[in-house]
Amino acid sequence: MTAILEVDELSSGYGPVPVLRDVTFEVPTGTVTAILGANGAGKTTLLRTLSGLLRPTTGRVRFDGEDLRGVPVERLVRRGLAHVPEGRGVVAELTVEENLRLGGLWRRDRADARRAQDEVYQLFDPLARRRRHAGHQLSGGERQMLALGRALIARPRLLLLDEPSLGLAPRVSGQIMTLLRQLCDGSGLTVLLVEQNVRSALGIADQGVVMSLGRVVMATPAAQLRDDEQLRHAYLGF
Amino acid sequence: MTATRPSEVPTERPPAAPSALRRLLPGAPGSGTVGGSTLLRHLIVAVLAGTAVVLLTNQLPPYQNLQVARVGAFLCVTAGYTVLVGLNGQLSLGHGALMATGAYTVALVQQALADRAVQGRWILPLSLLLAAGVTAAVGLAIGLAAARLRGPYLAGVTLAVATLVPAITTIFTDVFNGEQGLRFPAETPPASLGAYFQPERWLAWVALLAALVTMVLMANLVRSRFGRSLRAVRDDEVAARLAGIPVARTQVLAFVVSAACAGLGGGVYAVLTGTVAPGKFALELSLFLLMAIVIGGLGSLAGAVWGAVLLVALQDLPSLLTETFTLPSGLARRLEGNLALAVFGLTLVVVMLAAPGGLQGAARDLLARLGARRRHPSR
Amino acid sequence: MDRFLFLTLDGVSTGAVYAAFALALVLIWRAARLVNFAQGAMAVATAYVGYAVVSATGSYWLGLGAAVLAGLALGALVERVLMRFVGHANPLGDVIVALGLVLLIQAVLGMVFGNEYRPTAVPFDTDALTVGGIAAMSPYDLWVLGAVVVVVALLALLFTRTSLGLRMRASAFAPEVSRLLGVQVSRMLTVGWALAAAVGALAGMLVVPTGLGLHPHAMDLVFVIAFTAAVVGGLDSPAGAVVGGLLVGLILSYVTGYLGPDTTPLAVLVLLLAVLLVRPGGLFSGPRARHV
Ligand SMILES: Nc1ncnc2c1ncn2[C@@H]1O[C@H](COP(=O)(O)OP(=O)(O)O)[C@@H](O)[C@H]1O
Ligand SMILES: [Mg+2]
Repeated sequence: MTAILEVDELSSGYGPVPVLRDVTFEVPTGTVTAILGANGAGKTTLLRTLSGLLRPTTGRVRFDGEDLRGVPVERLVRRGLAHVPEGRGVVAELTVEENLRLGGLWRRDRADARRAQDEVYQLFDPLARRRRHAGHQLSGGERQMLALGRALIARPRLLLLDEPSLGLAPRVSGQIMTLLRQLCDGSGLTVLLVEQNVRSALGIADQGVVMSLGRVVMATPAAQLRDDEQLRHAYLGF
Repeated sequence: MTATRPSEVPTERPPAAPSALRRLLPGAPGSGTVGGSTLLRHLIVAVLAGTAVVLLTNQLPPYQNLQVARVGAFLCVTAGYTVLVGLNGQLSLGHGALMATGAYTVALVQQALADRAVQGRWILPLSLLLAAGVTAAVGLAIGLAAARLRGPYLAGVTLAVATLVPAITTIFTDVFNGEQGLRFPAETPPASLGAYFQPERWLAWVALLAALVTMVLMANLVRSRFGRSLRAVRDDEVAARLAGIPVARTQVLAFVVSAACAGLGGGVYAVLTGTVAPGKFALELSLFLLMAIVIGGLGSLAGAVWGAVLLVALQDLPSLLTETFTLPSGLARRLEGNLALAVFGLTLVVVMLAAPGGLQGAARDLLARLGARRRHPSR
Repeated sequence: MDRFLFLTLDGVSTGAVYAAFALALVLIWRAARLVNFAQGAMAVATAYVGYAVVSATGSYWLGLGAAVLAGLALGALVERVLMRFVGHANPLGDVIVALGLVLLIQAVLGMVFGNEYRPTAVPFDTDALTVGGIAAMSPYDLWVLGAVVVVVALLALLFTRTSLGLRMRASAFAPEVSRLLGVQVSRMLTVGWALAAAVGALAGMLVVPTGLGLHPHAMDLVFVIAFTAAVVGGLDSPAGAVVGGLLVGLILSYVTGYLGPDTTPLAVLVLLLAVLLVRPGGLFSGPRARHV
């Protein structure tokens, strides 16, 4: 199995103090990888470094075998890497429709961008009913749908998701998890999922990467984290 | 290889956002001795500086002495101005108008006394004191509004104030005599200095005394508890409030102090020529003053000296140029005035982009970098 | 009563120019969160270009086009060469750089063109038409009004109907998210500056012949008035800028008409202070409180 994303000895942070320290792991193509860890472990910082919002101090990120160093943030989505940031990043002042259009503006293939938009409306019918509503009028679940749908319009090969279930009702977050799994199985999408909600993340993940204080302390098949109580206790505390 | 990796090197915590601003603003000592010893030190420095310049003025021809006097007048203004903008973070663009307030006060007082044939050496200090006082009152009015305004809003309001001078002098033309402005009796050296004492040298002394008094007061203020409040409010208003600092009152007071300095400087400036007219206090003057404190380094009193000197020196640049090179008269006329303007504008832009700490900050950075290189030769 | 009507119509047409100017300020504020204090000086510079072309070619329309193009170029240049590099450590940095630019532009204009007032040609009659015995607007006023209406409409279309407008709005509201979605935010910033300066250039061309005359300082007071208009409408609101411009134009027209032209700067200051102290977010501010 090939890895779509290879992270090698990556360090980064804000200012002089490093947050990530020598992070190394791989994400196999077509899988769901869950990044787990306590608040402040550096999960968001990791995603921000992967998508170029933060510049790594050392280390390397390879996407599809190509080094991402020096690739500007706005070009990554053209290469097939989409990042749904923490807090979802719905532009509150724009309407649902505008948010979705924004996700496909860079695409040359206008027809397919439109098709992708229609697919999103089919996938999330609450959005279809609220096309003209502004982002700030949406509920938490709708916002998550919008953020996820907007990322899908880019037809990404790798999707970075930062805490998609944060603040959602368990039922809604469960639906989103199921959907992610389906996308993965159905269209060959690869998902890198940051989650606080360890149980639901492990429920759909193939691999678990546990972070603590900016380091990767364990990378293992998700099934092992699910089943091995001792391991779970030691690393995830439950 | 591993040794150079930042994660392995014990480093300090990252500076908080406000202290990044503090780095920008030199002359902001974190600690300073408060009380008599500081005052004494400042007085000694002032007396030494004053003596040096007085000795210098004895060697200078009249025109250069007038230049020294102009530096003194501007220094009164820039010292107070840099405290307001640099240490308190309030960007006023109305200091040209505040100078005008001081200048017109002096003119009106001296004119009124001359009309009543009142004479005496006390007229000068009295009129200057009144200039500072009246301008402080105007500063209080602006400061009360300013304390509720931030950043570009304050800059915009004070810019509106700066455009007001010609309008006010025309509206109340009975008092201010419109475009023509006012004249009052020229300041003459006291008889005790001898009949042939150079008048410009006396003017230089007057201006320097005013500047030294201002500098000593400001230097002490900067190091006082009030000075620390100024910086605290600039860095983080919420934190300052939590620390028990009355934020609004601090801001208003900063404006009042700064205005008093501008009024004194404007008064001295008027005394140097014995005339005032709105044309001298156009919007440009406010921008010139801003250039002066930016080039010296915002918040730095030493920078205020640099700024005042450069302000006067650069204004002479065009005439120097036209004298040195024989230029066609049309070109010379266009360069006159405009060249200084261009130099000032370029200076503001370049300093703000390349060395936001100004001359004073750049010098300090350079020293620090040399020091660091000595300690870490590998870098 | 006739006078009141005349002042009202006059206020509307000068107000239209202030509206365009205020709109230019709002465009940059929304894109970059800064007030472009060099807006007035930049507009004067482009007006010089415009009227130089007018006198060289004899065509007002060529000159107008040249001024607008010069505005686009100058705006982009200022953003790319200067504003982009202003450090964020000092919150006053951008204002100070813009003010430096004011001095520089005015000095260069003075050196190249001289500091004298220069006459400007206008395409339409500036004498008021009399309608039913009442002095109403002049053809030139009507042209000014029409031009501003067209520009406002075009801008509204640009922002709501085109993908460039969507990109620009998104970049202003959420730069980081926009980057993640492939929007070249820094380019949008340049476009915003270019657009704003072009609108300013048009406003400059329109306002210079109305009594100001072409002069390096022609726009000093106009800038303060436009800033006031933008603050009245709320710096965040393009619609507010238009309404604010008209409102300020009317008020100043009455003040000038009844109290004399010398009182204008005083009235501007009073108006500006009143709005900032009473309703700091502008007359049309939404429920979201803004930091002034
Ligand atoms: N903008 C920032 N500036 C400075 N430090 C930050 C910033 N964001 C996060 N940190 C620090 O980085 C560490 C990791 O944060 P984060 O990546 O957000 O963790 P997580 O997403 O795992 O909760 C924390 O110690 C946090 O304090
Ligand atoms: Mg996080």
